Amino acid sequence: MSETQLSWVEERAQRASRNPIAQGLGFRDGASAPPQPAEARETGIDALDALESEAIHIIREVVAEFERPVLLFSGGKDSVLVLHLAAKAFWPGRVPFPVLHVDTGHNFPEVIDFRDRTVERLGLRLEVASVQDYLDDGRLQERADGTRNPLQTQPLLDAIAAGKHDAVFGGARRDEDKARAKERILSLRDEFGQWDPRNQRPELWDLYNGRHTVGQHVRAFPISNWTELDVWRYIEREGIELPPLYYAHEREVYRRDGMWRAISEVSPARVDEVVERRTVRYRTVGDMSCTGAVESHAASVADVVAEVATSTLTERGATRADDRISEAAMEDRKKDGYF
Amino acid sequence: MGDALFRFATAGSVDDGKSTLVGRLLHDSKAILADQLESVARTSAERGFGGEPGAIDFALLTDGLRAEREQGITIDVAYRYFSTGRRSFILADCPGHVQYTRNMVTGATTADAVVVLVDARNGVLEQTRRHLAVVALLRVPHVIIAVNKIDLLGYSQQAYDTVAADVAALARELGLADTHVIPVSALAGDNIVDRSANTPWYDGPSLLELLETLPSLDELETEFEALRFPVQLVVRPQGALAHDVDDTESFRDYRAFAGRISSGTVRVGDRVQVFPGGATTTVTGIDAGPDSVDEASAPRSVSLRLADQLDAARGAVIVAEGALPEPRRELDASVFWLGAAPLRPGARVLVKSGTTTVQALVPEIVGRRDLDSLELEPAQLLEINDIGQVRVRLSADLPVEEYVAHRRAGAFLVIDPQSGATLAAGIVTAPVTPTTGHAGSSTRTTTDTEGVAA
Repeated sequence: MSETQLSWVEERAQRASRNPIAQGLGFRDGASAPPQPAEARETGIDALDALESEAIHIIREVVAEFERPVLLFSGGKDSVLVLHLAAKAFWPGRVPFPVLHVDTGHNFPEVIDFRDRTVERLGLRLEVASVQDYLDDGRLQERADGTRNPLQTQPLLDAIAAGKHDAVFGGARRDEDKARAKERILSLRDEFGQWDPRNQRPELWDLYNGRHTVGQHVRAFPISNWTELDVWRYIEREGIELPPLYYAHEREVYRRDGMWRAISEVSPARVDEVVERRTVRYRTVGDMSCTGAVESHAASVADVVAEVATSTLTERGATRADDRISEAAMEDRKKDGYF
Repeated sequence: MGDALFRFATAGSVDDGKSTLVGRLLHDSKAILADQLESVARTSAERGFGGEPGAIDFALLTDGLRAEREQGITIDVAYRYFSTGRRSFILADCPGHVQYTRNMVTGATTADAVVVLVDARNGVLEQTRRHLAVVALLRVPHVIIAVNKIDLLGYSQQAYDTVAADVAALARELGLADTHVIPVSALAGDNIVDRSANTPWYDGPSLLELLETLPSLDELETEFEALRFPVQLVVRPQGALAHDVDDTESFRDYRAFAGRISSGTVRVGDRVQVFPGGATTTVTGIDAGPDSVDEASAPRSVSLRLADQLDAARGAVIVAEGALPEPRRELDASVFWLGAAPLRPGARVLVKSGTTTVQALVPEIVGRRDLDSLELEPAQLLEINDIGQVRVRLSADLPVEEYVAHRRAGAFLVIDPQSGATLAAGIVTAPVTPTTGHAGSSTRTTTDTEGVAA
């Protein structure tokens, strides 16, 4: 600390008591004005505890202030985490809202199995918005590149409208992507589901403003502030079950765009691509047609925590073909109503 | 027990190098992963950033929106995450551009510290004053002034001392809490993570050292330590029990108050009172999900079981016995006006405080703070980015406290009842009257004692 700094610290209590402007800004007097910095107390609350309490607070606020919330549930680790937090928030009661799955038809079978078992176990109601239905009756058309991820938006918005859902929980995290880093915890969407990043509501303290008009809805992101490593450390701490493909297993894969892609009906290898058997795991779980695996021997939660802590690639950079289209791929999809 | 969480915000005028500083902090603390760095390096090269091959435009790491990258400015708050061995950090990177000042308020309300950038060549600017006024108003516990681009002045101690003296004067005017001034070069990395050999005349900590050691809001001793627990909702499953409840019989009549402790500690056996009404009862259980605990402190989310069947619902506040808040129908408040349309006397609004939203009337605008002189002047209306003093009449009793005594009980939102937009950040203050009979700049306060008393 320089001498200049020392001298103001010493003067602080005195000056606050004599300062009309400080008082005008809300400081009362020397005794109660600016907190002294050096008197830390042990709160006994670590980062995971703080993130858990923040998420539960958000989930309860939304349930208290909205009529018909729903949770977007894909069976991926982030939505599984939000469901776990909701179960804690209302225990010993049941989770007081249904879950919604936007089904692209390009799912990993073990994830669908996990989804159905989870819904059954927790006694939840499952709503499904099927992209395949839209393709079958011509409301949507298959893309040239075969990926169905961008096709989810319309079935999602229709399902939100049909269910009269005024709040939609999602497991999106700000550390996933540059556009998501700009997202509010409660994010207002118009009747077209559009996100307007240049005109977002200020979000102040932990006071969430869920007011909306007819036709609008709110997306709620309780784990906005969690990183991938936080998620895994919490999964380890709480013993949360995930679909098995998050852990190392052997699979028939081929190399495309620097990622290991699973061989399947919807993601066939081209003639010039060599199919081989590798030990891999998934860091994110989306469509089979656009999600890549990473080579890994992390077979347990503890192994995965250690792997994530030392990874040199982001989870989306390592595993998502759809985010590599352009620097603003996620921003463009979010503006169109994607989550 | 793992590392603790620390939240900080960054602010600065346009071109102070804020995005570069944030990028540097993330890069040097190894929070930037290889694929992000590669993408930024590629874009930097395409745009011909810097003279040297391989030079990186760190601002590209943080400016997430297309319009931001195109215009080279930050429009909205971007949140970034990194951790060191000692702490996990949440960084709110706030816009410096004047028309986006409202986003700076968003970042500062949850911050344990704010880092304000000042260009060493320009010194303290109007925007710096505005940012520091916001920080003072919102009572952010720590302010760090990063005197940036000190390398461009040959690491001149004199340049640093000039800024430090100006900041000291401003801190006195504003009654800022805990202020630190650090000479840095975001571009070169001086005093960001490690102390720099280029500034031997500076013997203070680096920016990261400071961020790792300053106490967070929840770690700070505050005046108000009594239990305060705003009820979010009542958990009453009535037979619709979770799958993992084995002993269904004993949970048949389960009833608990769910919320987040806003101050103090609650223990099983504590005597508590409930606002409104003031009924007294005893805490019989504290549940954190399926785990019962003996005690819990702010800011934990828990459910409280009470000995007596009380008529309490969302909006009620459970407090330590003897700490019942005074019901308030009228408030004196400072507001930071964020709405596009101005506030006029007589406006009907909604006020959200804690877990309660009530109708309210703003019968009087007491004044507007001149951000140059920082004094309160009479005003007919408040426009976007104005800080004003108002009186508020409420349609129902609220259990508020003055913000200086209790942050979470003194903070409120002003909401547009029609559109639902958030119009203002408000804080409850003691009554204030405007300074009258002076034009702004002629009454500029230069010392502690010369200010015109309210």
